[in-house]
Amino acid sequence: MSFLKKSPWVLHYAATSCNGCDIELLACLTPLYDVERFGIVNTGNPKHADIFLVTGSVNEESRKVVENLYAQMPDPKVVVAIGACALSGGIFRDAYNVYGGIDQVIPVDVYVPGCAARPESIIDGIVRSLDILEQRAKERKRQRKMVAL
Amino acid sequence: MKPYAWSLAFAFILVGPLLGALLAGVDRRLTARMQSRKGPPILQPIYDVLKLFEKDTLVVTQLQTLYLWGFLFFMVIAGFILFLGSDLLLSLFALTVSGIFLCLAAYATNSPYSNIGSSRELMLMMAYEPMLIMVPLGFFLVTGSFRVSDIIAGSPWQVLQLLGILVGFLFVLTIKLRKSPFDLSSSHHGHQELVQGMTTDLSGSDLAIVEIGHWYENVILLGWLYLFFAPWGPWIALPISFVLFFAEVLVDNTNARLKWSSTLKASWLMTGVFGVTNLLLLPVIS
Repeated sequence: MSFLKKSPWVLHYAATSCNGCDIELLACLTPLYDVERFGIVNTGNPKHADIFLVTGSVNEESRKVVENLYAQMPDPKVVVAIGACALSGGIFRDAYNVYGGIDQVIPVDVYVPGCAARPESIIDGIVRSLDILEQRAKERKRQRKMVAL
Repeated sequence: MKPYAWSLAFAFILVGPLLGALLAGVDRRLTARMQSRKGPPILQPIYDVLKLFEKDTLVVTQLQTLYLWGFLFFMVIAGFILFLGSDLLLSLFALTVSGIFLCLAAYATNSPYSNIGSSRELMLMMAYEPMLIMVPLGFFLVTGSFRVSDIIAGSPWQVLQLLGILVGFLFVLTIKLRKSPFDLSSSHHGHQELVQGMTTDLSGSDLAIVEIGHWYENVILLGWLYLFFAPWGPWIALPISFVLFFAEVLVDNTNARLKWSSTLKASWLMTGVFGVTNLLLLPVIS
């Protein structure tokens, strides 16, 4: 049993989104949904985070930030893309300035659809990412042992 | 020195962090209830720290881990002296050294956020140290000894004689526990101006050491609070100190953060009005 599942700290970044998904994401922290029940804390700091929540269709400006934040997060980590834009670019897909999807920039583990994504589906996405996180933790532990040998 | 004093001191080293974690857990649950949320389990701080040990530790500089171990070591020493019933003044000095080590760790990591965080922490130390040093001084003037065991065996009226110092101590306790309105060195919640202040660049097991150090610190501060009521015996003194301790959560949830200059002014004003006045009046009262 990994304690990562009991205390996942999330980092939220809006990669050029319309802020619709961001508001729904923050709604998860409000008394109605209160994800802190599950130990989920919204840290503003990539070095403390376990789960990276990204919204929006990435463009050239936000690509650097997304890559930087992803690189700064210590392993094991997972990425959850939230909303239609983060999945495929959404209605901005054909715009000349967007990459269209977070997975064009960094590896994504869980996709949460919706425009805007509902708080319930965001929580579901985070819960699903926990299993992947636990698997990564096991893998990372094995790697550390191999380095020690 | 009685043998049970040693057992209490060793119990602090072993059980101290557990008690501190429970205090932090109750703190988080109370905070959640005040915001009409359900809140995390009471053991959540323990889960957090055990998780941090599973994470990778990003090392910015080798020094940071050394400084953090210094922080933890002197924190344990401060508590050990306190629970041994030994010199209160020495315990305070160890506590201060431990605080300095945390600042050094934050400075060593070189991130602008942690640099601002530790500058502010040093400023906060300037704000609360005069009041903190007045606590052992007040106890000395009342009981004639700096030893914790003598203070516990002191007169039941000492809390009334030291009422001003108690009020001043409760004021700086808010700073020491890093609660609003004085949480300017480490903004605990996401999306604030300092990210996480002093702990910005600390991750994995390094951050876990900081957390464990804070658990010890909570227990030490609770111990200091207990000292004021100690002559009444643990059955009366412990509930009072717990209530006062958790009153800080209410303060935390009802106040916005102050700037460092207002913090310094406010705490020195409190120190002057309550602490110094109390000290000057002591010969008259007793």
